[in-house]
Amino acid sequence: MTKKQKKWLVRIIVAGVLYVMALFIPLSSFIKEPYNVYATLTVFLIPYLIAGYDVLLKAAKNIRHGKIFDENFLMSIATLGAFALVLFPHAEQHFSESAAVMLFYQIGELFQSYAVGKSRNSITEMMDIAPDFANKEIDGALVQLDPESIAIGDEIIIKPGERIPLDGVVVEGASQLETSALTGESMPREIQTGDDVISGCVNMTGRLKVRVTKVSSESTVSRILELVENATDKKARTETFITRFARYYTPIVVAIAVLLAICPPLFAGLDFSDWIERGLIFLVVSCPCALVISIPLSFFSGIGGASRKGILIKGSNYLETLASVATMVFDKTGTLTTGTFQVISVDPEPGATQEEILSIAAHAEAYSDHPIATSIKEAFSGTIDQSSIKDETEESGHGIRANIDGSEVCIGNAKLMDECHIEYCECKDPGTVIYVAKDAQYLGHIVIADTLKPDSKQAIKDIKRAGVKRCVMLTGDRLNVAENVAKILSLDEYHSQLLPADKVSELERLLDETHANKKDSLAFVGDGINDAPVLTRADIGIAMGALGSDAAIEAADIVLMNDKPSKIASAILLSRKTMHIVYENITFALSAKIIVLLLAAVGIATMWFAVFADVGVAILAILNAMRAFRISEQD
Amino acid sequence: MRKVFKIIDLDCADCVSKMESDINKLTGVISARINFLTQKLTLETEDSAFDDILMQAQKIVTIYEPDASILV
Repeated sequence: MTKKQKKWLVRIIVAGVLYVMALFIPLSSFIKEPYNVYATLTVFLIPYLIAGYDVLLKAAKNIRHGKIFDENFLMSIATLGAFALVLFPHAEQHFSESAAVMLFYQIGELFQSYAVGKSRNSITEMMDIAPDFANKEIDGALVQLDPESIAIGDEIIIKPGERIPLDGVVVEGASQLETSALTGESMPREIQTGDDVISGCVNMTGRLKVRVTKVSSESTVSRILELVENATDKKARTETFITRFARYYTPIVVAIAVLLAICPPLFAGLDFSDWIERGLIFLVVSCPCALVISIPLSFFSGIGGASRKGILIKGSNYLETLASVATMVFDKTGTLTTGTFQVISVDPEPGATQEEILSIAAHAEAYSDHPIATSIKEAFSGTIDQSSIKDETEESGHGIRANIDGSEVCIGNAKLMDECHIEYCECKDPGTVIYVAKDAQYLGHIVIADTLKPDSKQAIKDIKRAGVKRCVMLTGDRLNVAENVAKILSLDEYHSQLLPADKVSELERLLDETHANKKDSLAFVGDGINDAPVLTRADIGIAMGALGSDAAIEAADIVLMNDKPSKIASAILLSRKTMHIVYENITFALSAKIIVLLLAAVGIATMWFAVFADVGVAILAILNAMRAFRISEQD
Repeated sequence: MRKVFKIIDLDCADCVSKMESDINKLTGVISARINFLTQKLTLETEDSAFDDILMQAQKIVTIYEPDASILV
């Protein structure tokens, strides 16, 4: 509790005790009619004023500033009005109720303030991954400095167990980094001298000396925190609607309250005090606080909860749109596949062995650093004897010819085989096929392909289960490769051999189709590096593997810090849950208020109902909103 | 000039949106944003008027929430 809240609590307790005493003083036994009414009024006014004097003061101030219709004003009128019923000597008196309403209103407000404070803290604490010091070596001693005071190029020391304060490059030492605060991933990352390190990660095992490459405010951790904190500034449609609604709601309810208090007694000759009381109940219910607090809080906790899982959502509006995604468009390379080439099969002809084919290919490609050459060398388990390679010539776009250990070797595509008049058996596997021949004799082939990420298949399944109707892949790769990936992942649609401009026009076509149903939206998932135009064109752009990539964080609306496609389904589920909570709060708060208003109009509801509909509902809505923070992936 | 300030003891979300719109109406303000949850005021104004506007903003804040104050 803050100092202010503590004072508040003391006041409420004092007022509460006095109130209970007032209830039990048998005033009428020693004060005669008609003065006993005024005596009762006085004993209830004391706790009322202790509990609510600030509300009255605020209301008075607001009137001076011409700002009526605020909560304080309405509460003051409602309670003072109830006291004023003393002017109708024959009416039933509500002094005790009126004082209690103020008391409970204050208890509710205090609790609400406490709950909001708690939620603020629990979210900011979770996001409190910004370290508050950096160790710098000054004259041989380690000094803890404010990260803000460290300049680019300075060298800092990070001891095991400490959090990395600033982005930089390791100049000395090796260790493992725990990135879970940023990526939601528990697998540690190995790092050594020369590697980049990112602020916010925890250094686990070794002492590191790091040369700082970014100042504190530009470092990853500050940028992420800023993104999350400011995300609620980009308001969702639901939220804007509620704000607009609140602007009309209060004046309308107040107007009805006035009409209710005046018209029936005036025109139908009904009892004034009864109808005034009904009007006063309306005033208590007229504050839209429950909605105005709980809706942004739901979004904020949803976004905060997502960031703990390595999902950065850059605005409440994006979270809202993500919940309505019906079409999900994927880039292939780097998104569904790892983007690195790997030997996926080696098929020797009778008489040859896999080892022999790989050895020949690895030797022939020894001097090349083409991705295909690299993948072959990686697959070859032996060592390359460079002295055995002679006259190696690269036939651009076709392959390589060389003399290895005295034998003429040709490795490359079908065209090279044709050129060398070698008979080979054509392989139709998706991927890049490398034929290997020695002394004009065909030995077999190697298939190299971009491999799927291990969780891609499950990810697509989960995304579909989360309610996405259509999964589409756009790729610049060849037809048979795309076809194969689409089949394995059971995608609904794929479009291959697209140039960057084709991707945009294809996406626009998909957008039109998706928007045919007004509630649906389209998301594009890419690695955020080459697909910026498509990312910005989609309703929501999701970039993955963004840890350490500023460009991707900049371009996308939702950023996945690691490169696992399975996070997409988590993000969708999380957004749906959050929206569910938002709608729950709206329905609950509005219906509670409307019911109490109706009951009050027909004379059933009491002031107690009204206080519940005001602060009680607000508190429940706040508690409900906090659930968005704790949504787990299993849900 | 753009600066971020912390506001303490903000209790009423509805008041915050009113404060925000009032501060935005001050002359010289380019943009003002108050985030109720993070309790932060982001104020962007013409350079010369900054201090003056900050004072007026403080007044507006206390009109709606007498206990709240901008930490400078």
